[in-house]
Amino acid sequence: MSTNPMHQFIVYRIGPEISLGNIDISFTNASLFMIISALAIISVFFAGTRRKAVIPTKIQLLTELSYTLVSKMISDTAGSKAKPYFPFIFSLFMFVLFCNMLGMLPYSFTVTSHIIVTFALAAIIFIGVTIIGFVNHGVGYLKLFIPSGVPVVLLPIIVIIEMISYLARPVSLSVRLFANMMAGHTMLKVFGGFVISLGIIGGWLPLSFTVALIGLEVLIAFLQAYVFAILTCIYLNDALNLNH
Amino acid sequence: MEVEAAKMIGAGLAAIALAGAGVGIGIIFGNYLSGAMRNPSAAQKQFPNLLLGFALAEATGLFGLVIALIILFAF
Repeated sequence: MSTNPMHQFIVYRIGPEISLGNIDISFTNASLFMIISALAIISVFFAGTRRKAVIPTKIQLLTELSYTLVSKMISDTAGSKAKPYFPFIFSLFMFVLFCNMLGMLPYSFTVTSHIIVTFALAAIIFIGVTIIGFVNHGVGYLKLFIPSGVPVVLLPIIVIIEMISYLARPVSLSVRLFANMMAGHTMLKVFGGFVISLGIIGGWLPLSFTVALIGLEVLIAFLQAYVFAILTCIYLNDALNLNH
Repeated sequence: MEVEAAKMIGAGLAAIALAGAGVGIGIIFGNYLSGAMRNPSAAQKQFPNLLLGFALAEATGLFGLVIALIILFAF
């Protein structure tokens, strides 16, 4: 065990080194935890939908609640046109949620605390939303950069600002999730280090603080998955209902 | 000044961004509470928006933290 708070983010290889050309595609602890979270999602939903009872069991209630949450989120933010994209947003939300929550277990690895993972997800969303926008509206999708009711004099500046903000979407989407996860886990480790260094007498104060922080981190883990999904819905709304 | 010392100072300065996040979170929760006190029946419906605003405001502060980490570890 290292006392370095950044030690928990190290990606190491499990098993033999596999390389494809110059690219290292070995099985790492990050891939292990991605598989664990995917299997956890599948098993929870398999158990939840196995017996479709009128009076639901706890696990069936959980699956129904998560379904309602995401379905309501999509219809509230992106409208009825976004219904076909429900499976994507639902699996995205569940994957991010389970990765965040599995990361809260001691000695586990948080997949979403690595920017490449969140950036890959955000890039998929960004490229997909752009394609959907152009398919639905053709060249008219570029009207997204021209807000209505802007004076002609301001238009060149506004268009550039809108374009920059559009291109910054994948960066802000990925950095938001990554920074929240990484900062939270680093903070937990730093306070854990205080417990060790203050010893048996003074260590109780940071220990109780750590317990409270874990509660906050569980909230953040859920909220960031929710924010990730809701921002995807908002971007999808821009691409489907071009309303300004 | 040595580069190492300048890096440390720069990383510390970048952490000031968290002050803005603190102000933002305070404004969000304060305004939610004052709105909820005026109209408690509407409060429950706006709770998801409160959490969304909290998460968005907190993230802007963490962008500053990312800058600090980039200064410390990437250069």
